[in-house]
Amino acid sequence: MAEVSVTEQERPDRDRADDAVIATRGLTKRYRGGQLAVDGLDLTVPAGSVFGFLGPNGSGKTTTIRMLMGLIEPTSGSARVLGLPMPRASRAVLPRVGALIEGPALYGFLSGRDNLLRYDAADPTADPRTRRERVAAALDRVGLAAAGGKKAKAYSLGMKQRLGLAAALLQPRRLLVLDEPTNGLDPQGMREIRSLVRELASDGTTVFLSSHLLDEIEQVCTHAAVMAQGRLITQGAVADLAAGARGRLVVTTPDAGEAARVLKEQGAADVVVDGDRVTAEPPERDLAEVNAALVAARVRVRGFGLERASLEDAFVALTGEGFDVAG
Amino acid sequence: MSRADVRGEPVGESEGAAPSAVPEPGTARAPGPLWSLGLLRSELLTTFRRWRTLALLGVLAAVPVLVGIAVKIETSDGSPVGGGGGGGQGPAFISQVSNNGLFLVFTALAATLPFFLPMAIGVVAGDAIAGESSAGTLRYLLVAPAGRSRLLLTKYATVIAFCLAATLVVVVSALAVGALLFPVGDLITISGTRITYAEGLGRALLIALVVAASLVGIAALGLFVSTLTGSGIAAMATTVGLLITVQILDQIPQLDALQPYFFSHYWLSFADVMREPVYWDDLVKNLGLQALYAAVFGSAAWARFTTKDITA
Ligand SMILES: Nc1ncnc2c1ncn2[C@@H]1O[C@H](COP(=O)(O)OP(=O)(O)O)[C@@H](O)[C@H]1O
Ligand SMILES: [Mg+2]
Repeated sequence: MAEVSVTEQERPDRDRADDAVIATRGLTKRYRGGQLAVDGLDLTVPAGSVFGFLGPNGSGKTTTIRMLMGLIEPTSGSARVLGLPMPRASRAVLPRVGALIEGPALYGFLSGRDNLLRYDAADPTADPRTRRERVAAALDRVGLAAAGGKKAKAYSLGMKQRLGLAAALLQPRRLLVLDEPTNGLDPQGMREIRSLVRELASDGTTVFLSSHLLDEIEQVCTHAAVMAQGRLITQGAVADLAAGARGRLVVTTPDAGEAARVLKEQGAADVVVDGDRVTAEPPERDLAEVNAALVAARVRVRGFGLERASLEDAFVALTGEGFDVAG
Repeated sequence: MSRADVRGEPVGESEGAAPSAVPEPGTARAPGPLWSLGLLRSELLTTFRRWRTLALLGVLAAVPVLVGIAVKIETSDGSPVGGGGGGGQGPAFISQVSNNGLFLVFTALAATLPFFLPMAIGVVAGDAIAGESSAGTLRYLLVAPAGRSRLLLTKYATVIAFCLAATLVVVVSALAVGALLFPVGDLITISGTRITYAEGLGRALLIALVVAASLVGIAALGLFVSTLTGSGIAAMATTVGLLITVQILDQIPQLDALQPYFFSHYWLSFADVMREPVYWDDLVKNLGLQALYAAVFGSAAWARFTTKDITA
């Protein structure tokens, strides 16, 4: 990318970070109360990705986003967004970034449309001559065209969330930062936001999406990073992360006891019998052999297969704990 | 310059090494030179569309009406209004109102300047940053990115505009009520000379400007307080509390060494505009003091706001 010119010498690992839309190094934030909210974060968000930033409540997602957007000063470490240092280059970076941070915030006494006009007027690069059209287009995009004239205080939570998204879409952006964009939405609203995110990503916008919902990240993201208690636990392509945790062998059979015995014999570990379902960690050998052995032992097999590991399995494997822990 | 406002490295579309074939989405257009005016316009529209702002202006418009009616009732039997109470230690404009409606302007300003006017300014200034912060809208203005220095300057300009608007509301209301209830015509200055009604109007306008300028100090103080807290209510209450405290301290004789530095100390000097010739000493002291407050608390607000963590 062209805009890294000034900074090559600061970047030893240019190759990896070259196409990074967000790159942080040792990013740390200790709040004034002493709370260490983010601890030595090394995050790399590749261009064009839909990047899931996953972590339970209180794990430091919003704090990281505030630092990336120049709202708070890191205690130590550095962050680059679109190749430029933040918060130093706020003026050059932020017009090309749309953000929804910790939920929408609106002027209740203004209409939805006037809210967007105000936010657009705060952007020095926004052309006032095209303001009205762009506001109308953004309202349309999030499905608020009909409600644009209504006072924002009369909006439902879902409508507020949409208006917040519309504010992030007032201009074409290179990066969208969405902090828990589906919070407080009903399932239908969640689906709509997700399909909007996919649509935006297919236009080439990089999307950085924080969430505490595993399935949300699995559904829409190409890449993910996992946070727990302010630390980055892992990051990478979603497929690789899930592959990191091995899938489980699942056998469905009326002869569960016998099946469990055969599986153990075949080298499967952690065999669990649950009704007519027997699950186990698959052994190293060819699974076709395992199936043949079951049949040879006259086990009546109804179903035999590998269940793909989910991101949740990966998370549990990585942290050794459940996902609902707050930091 | 603050960390948030320093322009980053040039965004290198011009760099020869990497010609981009596809026009990049979100390539920033250079800001127009008048962009700050657009932000100011938006700020003014937003401020003057808050019903709180309109309510404050409504209260200020009502004061001359009440004073006018009270004077009318009291003088309906032909007796003059009792000696010079009206505006605290202010001059005895009120006794002249029944002779000339124009004096209602001076009376109303003398009545509102000690408290109503500065309280309205304190509310608007205190709310300026803290209110946006507690509503959460501040973070969206900053990531737009409005720029911290520019946003603060825009806020201050808007509060000053409100000072002027608030003063003019009192003046216009007083002019209208005065003309409606009382005779108008040539008037007698404090020095006893006679001036025409037109010249009197000119003096009234000058006084309005002086009164508006008198509020510049508390506006800066309120803006500073506004950068200290994340609660709009707390900032408004603190500013108004400071106003009341200073007004009380200004009455305590033991503090007379300090009193010339209180922002309210020379407020009622606007009456000197009604002398012939105009007596400038205290007027100039007042304006100087307001400029000092604006400089000191404006800088403090800037230092605070440009380095502050925005977590709300
Ligand atoms: N303004 C603040 N002052 C002090 N501590 C804070 C502040 N904001 C967040 N924290 C703390 O920092 C940690 C991370 O919070 P946050 O970044 O909001 O997490 P998440 O967005 O992942 O839920 C939490 O322990 C939270 O209590
Ligand atoms: Mg959060």
